[in-house]
Amino acid sequence: MSSSVTDLDLLEARTVFVLREAFRRVKPLGMLWSIGKDSTALLWMARKAFLGRIPFPVSLLDTGMEFPEVYAFRDELIAAWDLDYRNERCPPESSVDQTLAPGGRAAARKTEGLKALIGREKWRGVILGIRRDEQATRAKDRIFSPRAVDGSWNFRDQPPEFWNYYQTDVPDGAHLRIHPLLHWTELDIWRYTQREAIPFCSLYLARNGKRFRSLGESNITVPIDSNAATIEEVVAELAATSAPERAGRLMDHESEDAFERLRAGGYM
Amino acid sequence: MKTMPVVFAGHVDHGKSTLVARTLLDTGYFPDGKLAELEAAAQRRGVPLEISFLLDAFQIERDQAITIDATRIWFQSATRRYEIIDAPGHREFVRHMVSGASDAVAAVLVVDAGEGIGEQTRRHALLLPLVGVTRAIVAVNKMDAVNFDATRFRAIEDELRALFAQAGLTLVIAVPTVARDGDNVVHRSSRMPWYDGPAILEALDALDDRPEATMPLRFPVQDVYRRNEERILLGTVSGGRIEQGMTLLFSPSRETARVTQIVRFPASGTAAVAGEAVGLTLDRAIFVDPGDVASEIVDVPLVSTAFEATIFWLDAAPLRAGEHLRMRCGTRDTTVVPEAIHSRIDVATFHRNASEVIERNDIGDIALRSVQPAVLDVAFPALGRFALYRADAICGGGIVRSAEKQEERARRRSPNVSSNEHATHASDRMRRSGHRGLVVWLTGLPSSGKTTLATQLERALFADGWHAYVLDGDTLRTGLNGDLGFSLADRSENVRRTGEVAALFADAGTIAIVSLVSPQRADRERARAAAPDRFHEVFIKADIATCETRDVKGLYRRARAGEIPDFTGIGSPYEEPAAAELVIDTAAETVSVSFAGLLAYVREAGRL
Repeated sequence: MSSSVTDLDLLEARTVFVLREAFRRVKPLGMLWSIGKDSTALLWMARKAFLGRIPFPVSLLDTGMEFPEVYAFRDELIAAWDLDYRNERCPPESSVDQTLAPGGRAAARKTEGLKALIGREKWRGVILGIRRDEQATRAKDRIFSPRAVDGSWNFRDQPPEFWNYYQTDVPDGAHLRIHPLLHWTELDIWRYTQREAIPFCSLYLARNGKRFRSLGESNITVPIDSNAATIEEVVAELAATSAPERAGRLMDHESEDAFERLRAGGYM
Repeated sequence: MKTMPVVFAGHVDHGKSTLVARTLLDTGYFPDGKLAELEAAAQRRGVPLEISFLLDAFQIERDQAITIDATRIWFQSATRRYEIIDAPGHREFVRHMVSGASDAVAAVLVVDAGEGIGEQTRRHALLLPLVGVTRAIVAVNKMDAVNFDATRFRAIEDELRALFAQAGLTLVIAVPTVARDGDNVVHRSSRMPWYDGPAILEALDALDDRPEATMPLRFPVQDVYRRNEERILLGTVSGGRIEQGMTLLFSPSRETARVTQIVRFPASGTAAVAGEAVGLTLDRAIFVDPGDVASEIVDVPLVSTAFEATIFWLDAAPLRAGEHLRMRCGTRDTTVVPEAIHSRIDVATFHRNASEVIERNDIGDIALRSVQPAVLDVAFPALGRFALYRADAICGGGIVRSAEKQEERARRRSPNVSSNEHATHASDRMRRSGHRGLVVWLTGLPSSGKTTLATQLERALFADGWHAYVLDGDTLRTGLNGDLGFSLADRSENVRRTGEVAALFADAGTIAIVSLVSPQRADRERARAAAPDRFHEVFIKADIATCETRDVKGLYRRARAGEIPDFTGIGSPYEEPAAAELVIDTAAETVSVSFAGLLAYVREAGRL
């Protein structure tokens, strides 16, 4: 292997392979874009994979509760990258289980929104920008991960996946979650975003000693203490930290198995 | 900084997850707050804290203190970054182990000092080299339970060394550990003064990065993308280097073309090296499909329909000879049939025992026949490793041990015949006609709807400007097959001749639409072998009751009256296709829906 090929090149090539594999073998196909750093980097790689134009629709599961900066950034990129964007308005908070904590209610709305989106678009595959190092149950997920007709995840009986070979078929009505970023870490994403000069939402950079490390709904996401006001400083900060990325995402911490239950029920 | 993926494996409860967690704890990579979270959880449950709870993410895993599925975690030592793959040890979870280990370049195998080598230790030692991991560091763990006995440690080390040698796995070093307390994990232990070697992490740091062998150019085509007038071949270079202007040879067609452009976004380049995912354009319009492989003109991959392989089997239903499976090798899908099961490996003795079947979690040697030509390498991983699919689900995988070249096999089977090479190349004919030549083989019970669909298809393709022709069983019997009767042997010969004629039509660039009951699977396979790249089996499916109500020619009535002996479906069986390219259910669908499905399929298959 040439010494000019870096670790970021190899991570990118693997993601591109998965995206092309998904497009070739899974139809109809769509992608979720949370407007965050991961799915934006993934969109960039999808442009690389398909040589400029992404050949499938991208959707935000919109709770109406994103930060205003997030919506503004979204609109900019839709225009700049000529995206086939379809906004998916999630069902209102009053329609979900009111005994859930606030984070659980937001997750339930997005889970229902995703079900409605997949049902209406008849997607057999949906591409998501989750990573193994974000959260322990995501660490055990597959790149091509089947979900049952009701959207649930049978984590006890996952299909084998080895070398570059994936299980790319699901029964009618079921769908695949396709995870082309599973092998990336948070630090990799930032180093790559820096190298490729990919645009990202300004909330990730520190203002007045605070910045967002992970972006969720404005009522259930809190910023971290940070002075990283440039992407170089964000990379340096992450290389030194051992605090978990999703610490500011309240939905994960409402009980010990909070996230596992969200995901088994169809959350991303 | 590159990352080294390392798989941690071993028998259930020998302490893998604990070893990983201890490594993270002692390198400062335990995330803030995680330890306190786990202590609280353990206290609620009234059990002692297990460090491995960090990695056992699922509630059920923590409740039962087992690992269900492989997980990944990253950390950094003083010299490099690691991706740890923690693989479960239970027998029924071998597929998760394979899924995890196939990414790794080295292994840490954990063995309980008290219990010694377990069944899973042996299975993993066998599996690791098969998935490409050839080096292992051994942690002889729970040394405190054997009073830090050096003799016990040496005995296990010796036994493992012999075992690994048999399996083709290199034992880098054996390290005595107590993972729970951190002895010889990151820091050297003072409790085993008789051991003066490295701790586990030191041993890992001392491993070379995987030496990259020089590999010949391989570019498995993943997809063909059309942009304006351009056809761009998408793929990942798996060995060697591609440069603008280079002449490439494509397998299995063995056609050549020059690279005009290496297409990338946002900016194109002039070269691509192993590991890079790019697009290529060519100087002439040869026909390249997803699954084809580009190489240089010398040092080409094998094109083969018969090869030997060692496989691991993951499905609950065992593998037997004769079954149709799908094989994915590189980016190419073919239908394969295990012609012979040679042996299966006894995990206890490592002997290869003769066997008729390969059971779940077994490793064994088999001979595979590929219905369409496969493109293989014996020595290089990209085309030397494959996955097997049964009904669209991955059921096993393996590596190619040896392969017979297609030409050699053909020569061996018909030593006195050599096929006449046409001066006009198939791709020239395709360019002229504007579509591919195909055999569209409609098989099904009498009155299932074959002739109706065949006729409509011919008309629609003709209207498109395509060359299409129906070869109908009844029509052929008036001429070419006029000497044949209706004995089983004659019916089989009727199918054979039709298959050969259809193959010639397809070679000449026509869509040959065959409408023939062709009840025997073996006969249809022979027809497929006559046109291996172009044959599309379409199963016209309708139950016998439905066909009998239609009874277009009154044949069912006569068969029921005993006038037609051996009538397919009544006096003689119809063998349904095991792996038809297309199934059309005429009992459930209207004719127009069935026809639309068939037409769309053929247009796609015939498209250039």
